[in-house]
Amino acid sequence: MRYLPLSDQDRSDMLAKVGASSIDELFRDVPAEARPTGPIHGLPMHASELAVERQLSALAGKNMVAGQVPFFLGCGAYRHHVPASVDHLIQRGEFLTAYTPYQPEIAQGTLQVLFEFQTQVARLLGCDVANASMYDGSTACWEAIGMARRITRRKRAIVSSGLHPHYVSVCRTMAKFTGDQLDLATPELTAATDADRLIASIDSDTSCVVVQYPDILGRITDLAPIAEAAHAKGALLVAVVTEPVALGLIKSPGEMGADIVVGEGQSIGVGLQFGGPYVGLFACREKHVRQMPGRLAGETVDAEGKRGFVLTLSTREQHIRREKATSNICTNSGLCALAFSIHMTLLGEKGLRQLAEINHARAVEVAQKLSAIPGVELANDSFFNEFTLKLPVEARPAVHAMVKKGVLGGISLGRLYPDEAALANGLVIAVTETVSDEDIEAFEAALREIVR
Amino acid sequence: MSLYFTGEHEWIKVEGDVATIGISDHAQQALGDIVFAEVPEQGRSVNKGDEAAVVESVKAASDVYAPVAGEVIEGNSALADDPALINRDPEGEGWFFKMTLADASELDGLMDEAAYREWVKTL
Amino acid sequence: MTANPSGWKPSAPTPATAEGATLTGNRALMLEEALIFEIGDNDSTGVDFDDFQALAPKTSRDFTNGLIREKAINLPGLSEPETVRHYTRLSRQNYAIDLGLFPLGSCTMKHNPRLNEKMARLPGFADIHPLAPQETVQGAIELIDHLSKWLIALTGMHAVAMSPKAGAHGELCGILAIRAALEARGDPRSVVLVPESAHGTNPATAAFAGYKVEDIPATAAGRVDLDALTARLGPDVAAVMITNPNTCGMFEPEMKAISDAVHAAGGFVYCDGANFNAIVGKVRPGDLGIDAMHINLHKTFSTPHGGGGPGSGPVVLSEALAPFAPLPYSERTADGTFRLVEEEVASDEHKDAFGRMVAFHGQMGMFTRALTYILSHGADGLARVAEDSVLNANYILRSLEDVLDAPFAKSGPCMHEAIFSDRGFAEGFSTIDVAKALIDEGFHPMTMYFPLVVHGAMLIEPTETESKAGLDQFIAALRSIAERARAGDEALKSAPIHAPRRRLDETLAARKPILAYKNPVPEAADRGQGARIGGG
Repeated sequence: MRYLPLSDQDRSDMLAKVGASSIDELFRDVPAEARPTGPIHGLPMHASELAVERQLSALAGKNMVAGQVPFFLGCGAYRHHVPASVDHLIQRGEFLTAYTPYQPEIAQGTLQVLFEFQTQVARLLGCDVANASMYDGSTACWEAIGMARRITRRKRAIVSSGLHPHYVSVCRTMAKFTGDQLDLATPELTAATDADRLIASIDSDTSCVVVQYPDILGRITDLAPIAEAAHAKGALLVAVVTEPVALGLIKSPGEMGADIVVGEGQSIGVGLQFGGPYVGLFACREKHVRQMPGRLAGETVDAEGKRGFVLTLSTREQHIRREKATSNICTNSGLCALAFSIHMTLLGEKGLRQLAEINHARAVEVAQKLSAIPGVELANDSFFNEFTLKLPVEARPAVHAMVKKGVLGGISLGRLYPDEAALANGLVIAVTETVSDEDIEAFEAALREIVR
Repeated sequence: MSLYFTGEHEWIKVEGDVATIGISDHAQQALGDIVFAEVPEQGRSVNKGDEAAVVESVKAASDVYAPVAGEVIEGNSALADDPALINRDPEGEGWFFKMTLADASELDGLMDEAAYREWVKTL
Repeated sequence: MTANPSGWKPSAPTPATAEGATLTGNRALMLEEALIFEIGDNDSTGVDFDDFQALAPKTSRDFTNGLIREKAINLPGLSEPETVRHYTRLSRQNYAIDLGLFPLGSCTMKHNPRLNEKMARLPGFADIHPLAPQETVQGAIELIDHLSKWLIALTGMHAVAMSPKAGAHGELCGILAIRAALEARGDPRSVVLVPESAHGTNPATAAFAGYKVEDIPATAAGRVDLDALTARLGPDVAAVMITNPNTCGMFEPEMKAISDAVHAAGGFVYCDGANFNAIVGKVRPGDLGIDAMHINLHKTFSTPHGGGGPGSGPVVLSEALAPFAPLPYSERTADGTFRLVEEEVASDEHKDAFGRMVAFHGQMGMFTRALTYILSHGADGLARVAEDSVLNANYILRSLEDVLDAPFAKSGPCMHEAIFSDRGFAEGFSTIDVAKALIDEGFHPMTMYFPLVVHGAMLIEPTETESKAGLDQFIAALRSIAERARAGDEALKSAPIHAPRRRLDETLAARKPILAYKNPVPEAADRGQGARIGGG
């Protein structure tokens, strides 16, 4: 077995040292009814690298690869070009095979990366501080609601209808157990968001208002009036960003008054990977940092006075606070945070702004082309790189019909909201820099034929 | 003035009807460098045994319990900027909060200074 | 207040002076590296966009709702060569499994096979969208289904929830399933029992799920006290959370009796599967009466730790809990195709599901790696993994018990990790001094000050991927350090001296937190703020 260095001679020498006659003797505490008796029955035996590669490649070959077809899917996961050096660098063994940096003297690489990541995220989202990452955007979102509860000591969260329905589902799951009350609504296929409903619903029991920016239909709401209304009642504004590239073009939630900004960082540096692993972004105002979940890297000095970094404020965390911890989160998404940070460093402000401009210009072009198809309407009057079309037919079958033409042409709202008939004709389309002119032509032709 | 100690390493100095609460020298030594303390806000009423304050070192966090019932008169605001005060002068400048005494008889079960210092030696 | 239970009491390090200082602060191959905020600027970039010039004039502001970001974001960029050098230099300040033994107890730092990485990067897995129509991602769903079958078979359980993102998240999933099951039978309970020796996530998880947490004491032999546990069981106990093998590195011999007692009292048994590596392929938790257990794919199944994640924490469930698993889950349909059961069909077929744990379907990239590992080992290889990991740990235990206090060594063999305490060290010497001295010898330290039931605990998990020669070298190094700690060798106090940094001032970091870089104001820069970069 290629991953096991001990030889039979080693094993018998070591057993002699241990004073056991067989390895099974070391398992003597296992009760008789569960005692080992050889490999578990009915499972295949070990296989060579070549054999495993064949098996996995066959499975991979059954999937339609995004990069090989016209591809327009988004809704919380976006296909961007990731520079080759990102994947090379994250595969350096010193990053890939390191543990959480609990021994800072020999983990300065990871710690400095986390400090840089925290700074990049805080600046991008417009906040004072950010943590060293969460599992993903959806879990970051419910952690933000919990944090708002701890800060305000209130339990009612008002959630925008534009929040990704999977995120809503995660929040509902958790709220059942934490006792948070969620004020929820279903989106409408209109250009206007439910900002007015949010503002009208805020009362003195409200812990926070949760708004996705841009939202699930791609719409961009001005967060400033919502922040102002929330603050007037002592509530917080939680903003959720699922497409961080947008913040290269439009204002950050922090600039508009959001108190906690969370997001999904997958767009930058991390591929689609069928949904994971991704990287949750979590940022807030400095005064709330002790209520923030997750790990934090901080600057300090060593015994020689040299600058160095350590994990800090760890008394918030489960391994010290146990049942009083701010969260039970332990492992985060370190390697994805590294990928995010490297990609962001390659982009820099200049590259990020160019990337955002290109995404937006491409999306405007596609929106205009598709909404020129008879019967097809653009629902949005604001968007970044993702918008919603109202088709003259149900969108779910249309998506499957486009697959038959070799086009991955958007995500139907019917898949996300199966019980909402009013949304059945909605099709959400994302357009990034990876889309070519030929892709757009193929998409337009396919959609034109299907809605005819 | 009289000084009392709890088995949870809090000290209580009673002057008239005002009690000042802090943690003992033994407690600050066990914790090591203290990096953060959170004291209760003025006007909060606490029962005996309630979690009233928090003290944290780099690797440990502990609650400080109210040794008696009463109302908080003042938290030590100096601790926010200089938590090391608790290490330097735990039983003096490093006090946590002052409170009224709702029921002076609650002091009866506590140790006096000599008893506490003897008991700590046995730990 | 309760005094510091772990005995871990870091204080600011004693100032030291560097020997052989250089102008740059570099020491040959040990290269200092400034922050990107100090070396990059807003106008530099390492990417080219061909179509920017063509597209820029066409960019319409009509759709941005007047919310254009005007102020500078202050995200410095670097060219590609500078970027590659920045991160390569930083990487070299890290210890890693690829460099040497990484014996962190409870963390299972084993070799990460590179075939796993290669398979996860096949475009058919890496470049597919989570909401792609299911007919276009059949291979991916089949892979999830295939891994599910393996996990169920290896654990002897009934079902598995694949979506949790890490161990603690899986734990939460298991406890929420238990709570959902109890509520469904109209018997909500309020207490979760957790052994003293538990991983901190256990009480944090139970508290999050709304339960009151009570400790179960350990016996002198480091096991759960069955009598104390049985005495506490009753109609208010929802679950017992047990780590088995436990955090002292021992198998709970009365596990079946514990499960039976908990079930008889109407509760459920949650097993923390962090230490599954010791029994994988050998012992099936389902045979021990476990109702739910998370599996850290990043421990037992070799997916990389990546400097702190991503992990992946699927939860296997008993028949009683299976109906309450969260969405989504995979299944093979009658016509031989695969599908993910999610919201659009769930209302009819999965009405008891307690909801979603995450957006999308979990850590696909980790599933690919874990399945690659499992297929490589097969049933025979996995059993050997458990055997060799247990043998390696016992070899360390018996090779060092004469110089290090091993509190449970008399009660018999350990499982995959050996535990020692700081008893017998000279006055003023503790576990941290041993740990930091190991760094100078070229090893990563063991887990320190955990579990709390052992004072100054040193928990050593070598894993099965270490050779005998490697173990012998580690044992010799630790033996010599232990002897120095017993003798009170003051030099230990200043270790490490050969690492990229000396002991760091964690007190300063926590008292005056600096959590993000702040650009120096220009005057300050002139006064030499930059002099701190990478130097003294």
